[in-house]
Amino acid sequence: MQPAVARTRFGIERRLTGRWLTTYRYARRNPALLMGLAILSALFLFWAVGSLMVDSSEARPLSAPPDLRPSLEYPLGTDRVGRNIFAVIVSGTVLTLRIGLIAGAVGISIGTVLAFVAGYYGGWIDAVIRGVVDTLITVPQLLILIIIAASVRGGLNVEQMGLVIATLSWTRPARVMRAQVLTMRQRSYVEVARLSGMSGPEVIFRELMPNLMPYIVASFVLAVAGGILASVGLEALGLGPLESPTLGVTIYWNIYYSSLLHGMWWWWGPPMLIIVLLFVGLFLVTAGLDEWANPRLRKRI
Amino acid sequence: MRAGYVIRRLALVLAVVWLAASVNFFVPRIGGRDPIIEKLLQEAQFRSGHLDSGYREMAAEYGKKFGLDQPLYKQYVRYLTDTVQFKFGASISQYPVTVNELLANTVPWTVGLLGVATIVSFGLGTFLGALVSWGRTPIYLKALIPAFFTLSAIPYYLLGLVLLYFFAFKASWFPIFGGYEAGTLPSYSLDFILNVLRHATLPALSIVLVGIGFWALGMRAMMVTMQGEDYMVQAEAKGLNERRIFWRYAIRNAILPQSTSLALSLGHIVSGAVLVEVIFGYPGVGSLLFLAIREFDYFVITGIVFMVIVAIALAMLLMDLIYPVLDPRIKYSAA
Repeated sequence: MQPAVARTRFGIERRLTGRWLTTYRYARRNPALLMGLAILSALFLFWAVGSLMVDSSEARPLSAPPDLRPSLEYPLGTDRVGRNIFAVIVSGTVLTLRIGLIAGAVGISIGTVLAFVAGYYGGWIDAVIRGVVDTLITVPQLLILIIIAASVRGGLNVEQMGLVIATLSWTRPARVMRAQVLTMRQRSYVEVARLSGMSGPEVIFRELMPNLMPYIVASFVLAVAGGILASVGLEALGLGPLESPTLGVTIYWNIYYSSLLHGMWWWWGPPMLIIVLLFVGLFLVTAGLDEWANPRLRKRI
Repeated sequence: MRAGYVIRRLALVLAVVWLAASVNFFVPRIGGRDPIIEKLLQEAQFRSGHLDSGYREMAAEYGKKFGLDQPLYKQYVRYLTDTVQFKFGASISQYPVTVNELLANTVPWTVGLLGVATIVSFGLGTFLGALVSWGRTPIYLKALIPAFFTLSAIPYYLLGLVLLYFFAFKASWFPIFGGYEAGTLPSYSLDFILNVLRHATLPALSIVLVGIGFWALGMRAMMVTMQGEDYMVQAEAKGLNERRIFWRYAIRNAILPQSTSLALSLGHIVSGAVLVEVIFGYPGVGSLLFLAIREFDYFVITGIVFMVIVAIALAMLLMDLIYPVLDPRIKYSAA
């Protein structure tokens, strides 16, 4: 029922053509994705501009006079032991994100492989993988991670922190992807591929993987968000790279020195704001990606 | 069929308990931190001396006492039998006090705070989520959706920090620390109960607000899928009044999957609440855990972790068993 006259385009649409126009129209339909990406880009911009303005070595103790309120020289003030909080936040944002990315990348790789093996081959191997995943998902992650992080001798660095969290971050992707593989396996094009003599791994990589890409991306973003949540929680409990100024470690020092009771809002406020923005951004992106992966869900989230 | 379902659920609980105990047993042995040696070195530091020889022999002597010179499999079996009987041993930093005594003092606080806060947030969130997804709801209520989204993305303890700053530090409407007024003795008097409630308000509020966002979003998604169902169309075609459709048809059907996700989220709720207690200095299990981590009081850490995991597994089992009774659509064979 396309009208005979070509649709007139107004405003910003008139200046866009081709691919840009398609992108613009899609963004209009998927505001969650747009908002999420905007928040994450804003954080990236903050980091980029911030790291030009301040030397990251000032995130160490004793690099400035302690307990200063925000001023021109120290835009976010300084903390009890003389860290420049602006420098802490700038380097902390990227460190925390790095922990999340390590955990997410390891998690999604292991999770996807297990999901394909379990979902595609089925049988006892599926039963074993499903049993392990179900058990691990039942247990609260943070508690197991507490045991792991508390047992490591000599403190953790940022990369090790990411790996500690990665020990559990594969369970949810594995479960979600397995369900998707199960529905895919029944499709006729997979049958055709198998009948025409493709081997198992070939079917997985050439037929299933490309079709599941949107789910893999969405699971990855969710795993990154989960990794950051777990890392901030662990760090706030004092189980993390205490020498590095990540956002969670900054929260820990706030608790440790009870900055709240000293009215030092410039110390606990900024890391908190960045953490919340990170979560809201990542969750909006996941919601947007869900819509992209599964357009039939449109308008539900 | 029914027996099969129950047995599968029980097997899952057993697997979880075994896993928790095994993690507690093996991970520290892989990690290579020795709580006894660390404690000895710490003691030596406190007494302002220093210790360069002999402490390994001392640790070995202590180890013999705890049976640490036995072969690994014997230790493991002993550990498992002790753990399933909830014998967690004694705290290292407060020595003669056992882990069980510490838990007995703290668990009631946590269960009270968390139980009430979870029920309130689940109830309110579910209701609000149903409301905002309903066609006749005024538009200003629908404007709550972005607020729910933002709230659900905030960790409990960070919201707690904000509430603490504005309502306890700036406005001093609520106490800033603890579970009851310092200097009062716990008793069943009205004064003391009011005092406890005043202290619990802000921690509970931070759990409730975040929880409302989370449950409202879940319920909303459920309600939207429900609205295309045939029975909804039929109810409307029959001319039933709006209120009845809302409560008896929409909510009644959506509440059941919602309560499954409550069972699945228990672990997440408890983990978040641990840090809420730390922020508010609330005398519950979370604060105990925080102190134990700071002093590397290993038996307290593992005791708490094991206890909480078992409690959550049992709560989930209970909900799984009640669920088929509530929802006649469930077949017991379904996974």
